[in-house]
Amino acid sequence: MPEAGVISSLRNSNAARAAARFVAVSAIALLVFALVLLAAGKDPLSAYAQTFRHTLASSYGFSELLVRMTPLLLTAVAVALPSRLGLINVGGEGQLYMGAFAASAAAFVLPNAPGWLLLPLVVLSGFLGGAIWAAIPGALRAAKLVNETVSTLLLNYVAPLIVGYFIFGPWRTTENSAYPESSTFPPGALLPTLFGTRIHAGLLIALAALAVYWFVMERTRWGIEMRAIGGNSEAAQRLGIAVPAWIVAALAIGGGFAGLAGMGEAMGIAGKLRQTLSPGYGFTGFLIAWLAGGRPVGILFMSFLFAIITAAGDTLQISQGLPYAVVNILLATILFVVLASRGGWGIGR
Amino acid sequence: MITPLLLGLLAGAILSGTSLLYATLGETIVERSGIVNLGLEGLLLVGASVGFSVTAVSGSAWLGLVGAAVAGALVNLAFGWLVVTRKANQLASGLAMMFFGFGASALIGAPHVGAVIRGLPKWRPAWLADVSWVQTTTLFKYDLLTWLAVPVAGFVWWLLFRTRWGLGLRAVGENPNAAFASGRDPAVFQYEALCLGGVLGGLAGAHLSLSVTGTWAEYMTAGRGFIAIALVIFSKWDPRRVIVGTLLFGGAEALELQLQARGALISPFVLEMFPYLLTIAVLLVWGGSRRLAAPASLGRTFYGSS
Repeated sequence: MPEAGVISSLRNSNAARAAARFVAVSAIALLVFALVLLAAGKDPLSAYAQTFRHTLASSYGFSELLVRMTPLLLTAVAVALPSRLGLINVGGEGQLYMGAFAASAAAFVLPNAPGWLLLPLVVLSGFLGGAIWAAIPGALRAAKLVNETVSTLLLNYVAPLIVGYFIFGPWRTTENSAYPESSTFPPGALLPTLFGTRIHAGLLIALAALAVYWFVMERTRWGIEMRAIGGNSEAAQRLGIAVPAWIVAALAIGGGFAGLAGMGEAMGIAGKLRQTLSPGYGFTGFLIAWLAGGRPVGILFMSFLFAIITAAGDTLQISQGLPYAVVNILLATILFVVLASRGGWGIGR
Repeated sequence: MITPLLLGLLAGAILSGTSLLYATLGETIVERSGIVNLGLEGLLLVGASVGFSVTAVSGSAWLGLVGAAVAGALVNLAFGWLVVTRKANQLASGLAMMFFGFGASALIGAPHVGAVIRGLPKWRPAWLADVSWVQTTTLFKYDLLTWLAVPVAGFVWWLLFRTRWGLGLRAVGENPNAAFASGRDPAVFQYEALCLGGVLGGLAGAHLSLSVTGTWAEYMTAGRGFIAIALVIFSKWDPRRVIVGTLLFGGAEALELQLQARGALISPFVLEMFPYLLTIAVLLVWGGSRRLAAPASLGRTFYGSS
């Protein structure tokens, strides 16, 4: 054990670094958005004022930021946890869809189960759906057969098709034939909302997931073993750490968190299963985890910042007529600037 | 009964295999220089959207091809600036380019959604057009990019394995330190490879929007970039094997379309999963055993000879 003073100074420097990154990314985002707006012939200042009024300055806007932040927190942890072992999980989007799918399956199979039983089952299924989906690339990687980066990316394309098969087929609603979606979930399967807003219990689950991630990584033997694998997997193997089992477990648990994000979107927001469940939360979560260096406090701040950025994208889409794709360009530019700056960013270092 | 199905399958395999072939060849050249470009999906989207937009505005599909090739090269040069000059992490940089491609292509293509264009002209050589069984199919009626597909693959093979430049490029991919010591600048080779790979990737995207579909739709490449990355491994970084691999995957896609068109009792959602699952299966069977064929320094950053 290092001395207490060393720990606290480390913590201070971590917090300082998280704050510095937060400020840097905010500044880049503001600047790039301004350039895009100028290029489109709009006035950036009035657009920013408008965005501010619609997000931070009103209680409704603020509650919507927390709604947006919920899946981002979870998909970011889904990337950060495996990254500690040196694994790159780019499959958050697919894992999110499978979580929503499995949660929906639980709700449709047991519609008459009592609420105290159904809701925990739905949440658990959401976790398991994402976890099993991520365990496939995990097992392939652990057996040294397929690199997890490519396999998680490819599975992103398969998961929405599974959802599509069910909402166009067995689960299709009879009420609205124009817009393919599942029928409404039984009330007992829905996540309770908080404070009379759209904030739902998924936010609490997300914050708990972040806390568990922090605790396991920093305070338990498991965390030490995982970080040892990330440092030097061969040495870890010789020390008797079960590296292949950890690889599967880390990806599966990460995928489970992404699955919870999908469960939250279905059970907390939509109330039904749709193929347009996520506007790319899985990818944004990757970016957040990466920019936060995989650190829990950083993930908290970055998720909030990216909730603002995507909300701004929506506001500008409606009020300024800019396509939502601008947000993707913004994400790319932030990543581009950060990568080019050689500032020791990135995860697992 | 079975013959039209098979001929249709072959014709479809060649048509949908073309863009995969150009994309895979481009990625092969880039990976031979020691760089993994995960942004290939974004590159294809930029090629498809620029190719379509230029064609819609100018009325000439040839100009569209030129625009797509130039745009592809520029995108890859930006990627090269990150991974070669700034020595940034290749996987993260590739994902940055993927995001960029998603956003930029949607922005470029947005004004032209639903536009009607005259795509790449297709023709059938006169001596084939007279054969009666050929006339009943869509076989052998292709655009320039498809006719040139196999020659281009041969050319890339020749470039990589029969020229001094190719030797230098492969040396950089195997061991940049040794290449540097023998008087070759790894950065120059890597930029050249990325430029060439960008041109091929841009053409691959343009072939989709200008010849296969004739329309622009967001995310229309649907993961072909990632399939191409897997095909590079399948073909052991050898352009000649790329021809076989892309025919196989083009065939998978053609089979999906043929079955749908013939009203097979399989859900289109299940059929659409097929190429992605096949890709994973291919990696599963060949990915591990082919690692030895990979350029030795693939994915590693060259920090200068020290």
